[in-house]
Amino acid sequence: MESRFPNKILPYLLVMPSLLVVLVFLIVPSIQSFYLSLFRVSPFGNVLIFKGLQNFIHLFQDPAYLNSLIRSFFFTGFIVVVGLSISLGLAVLANLPLAGVDIYRTALIWPFALSPAVAGTIWALLVDPSTGPITYFVQLATGLRLNWMTNGDLALLIVTVAATWKMLGYNVIFFLAGLQNVPKELLEAAHMDGAGSFRRFWNVTFPLLSPTTFFLFIMNSLYGFFEVFGLIDVMTKGGPGKATDLLVYKLYEDGFVNFRTGYASAQSIVLFVFVAILTILQFRFAGKKVFYR
Amino acid sequence: MQITRTQSVLAHVTLIVSILVIAFPVFFALITSTHSFQESFSFPPKFHVGSHLLENYRTAWERVNLGRLLFNSTLISVAVSAGKILLSLLAAFAFTYFGDFRGKTTFFILILITHMLPLPIRIVPTFELVEDFGWMNTYYALTIPFFASATGTLLFRQFFLTVPNDLADAARMDGAGPMKFLWKILVPLSKTNMLALFMIEFIYMWNQYLWPLIVTHTDDMRVVQIGLKMLLAGEEQAAEWNVIMAGTILAMLPPLIILLILQGSFVKGFAMRQEK
Repeated sequence: MESRFPNKILPYLLVMPSLLVVLVFLIVPSIQSFYLSLFRVSPFGNVLIFKGLQNFIHLFQDPAYLNSLIRSFFFTGFIVVVGLSISLGLAVLANLPLAGVDIYRTALIWPFALSPAVAGTIWALLVDPSTGPITYFVQLATGLRLNWMTNGDLALLIVTVAATWKMLGYNVIFFLAGLQNVPKELLEAAHMDGAGSFRRFWNVTFPLLSPTTFFLFIMNSLYGFFEVFGLIDVMTKGGPGKATDLLVYKLYEDGFVNFRTGYASAQSIVLFVFVAILTILQFRFAGKKVFYR
Repeated sequence: MQITRTQSVLAHVTLIVSILVIAFPVFFALITSTHSFQESFSFPPKFHVGSHLLENYRTAWERVNLGRLLFNSTLISVAVSAGKILLSLLAAFAFTYFGDFRGKTTFFILILITHMLPLPIRIVPTFELVEDFGWMNTYYALTIPFFASATGTLLFRQFFLTVPNDLADAARMDGAGPMKFLWKILVPLSKTNMLALFMIEFIYMWNQYLWPLIVTHTDDMRVVQIGLKMLLAGEEQAAEWNVIMAGTILAMLPPLIILLILQGSFVKGFAMRQEK
């Protein structure tokens, strides 16, 4: 690339602040996570005993960790599949030439501003076993009195629904933006060829939307694995039993409540592997999409 | 593309119903925040607007010192958004206007790699580092570790690449140095992108929970998200939902207002470019 401003030192000065923050607070600590995952650390952090891969072996033999893993995959899978399907449907509708469509759009995207902790607090109110409106509606419809404070699978379902609800706004924003990038001429052409609206969506819009869908798949996966601590902490604290003890919550408890630093670091590294897989997928996909664009 | 009248009616109905369902949780939270304790504790639940709005908000405000918590959240969200915008603006400028200086690709990758390192991956060492710096329970711990932004750097870089090179050449002819060009020409042109970035980063920072939880421990340094936990604490038997919801509404209001004001810039300056 040609230089617009011949200056040998300035670019380094400009990059330095970002680079310093990245190195000091992100890259070096991440490397330390790798290092610590190979040790057993005494509760006060003053004695390190080398354990090799023991922490990892222990981790995958620990029923509590395997439980946490399975429940996190259900949680994230639900957010991705159900959340993205609903959001796409809503975005397609809000992309139609309807009267008042701007109002619809705004009314769909605002949950983006809510925090996981806010979502958790509100859903705890909705499903309160003795006063919640959802408890009430379910009782009216089925005669059952739901108590998620004693029913672990129900608790998992409820935190999952709450987390999915919170992400709808974000997903709709990006799907709407993606839909507006779909060339109108292509849809017109498909229409001329006699394709019905369902065929037009499935054969034209959906394939062209795949970069957006994939981007949202990545963002929702990261959200499901990493950003839901607040929701769990205000709603269930991992309970009842260990039913909502998702990976990030277990990591926090092992690292900051039980002070098992090495063990917690090993869990960090497993999470890193998930991110690495997602990143590789993203790069491969980003390379491919150039093909049909 | 034309749609038939039936399709249009169907779309309207589906959208309205969906919007009502999505809004119901917040609607009910709002209603609850106006109830008396008795009303909020009744079954079947009450769906009318109560008369205890001010009282509940005052109680919540005083119980967990919400004024201070909201102040802290505002301070760190504005500081981090501003910090991220400034740092990523400078980095993106370096990456687009100074040719292939030595180490450029490495630096770029290092900044992008932050996307791969969410807090849980490095939480123990980052915590220990901040402790070693003597930053525990300070605003430094709540802001500085967040200052770098891969998203911002990418966004500004992409935008700068679309700015015609003639502008930089003309500026140089007129004797303007690079920094003057950045402030006088590029910054005003980047306004939409900056607002979009401000919106995302403000909401992102306002909604942080885990990091503020572990690096602060006195009530005067807590943020409003932790305030929700404080309001809920010890409420296992009969939650005072009316008071808790008053606090919850206050905790969600600032980012919601920012979203409503800036959503246009966000869609134009960010979402439309994201997957290109």
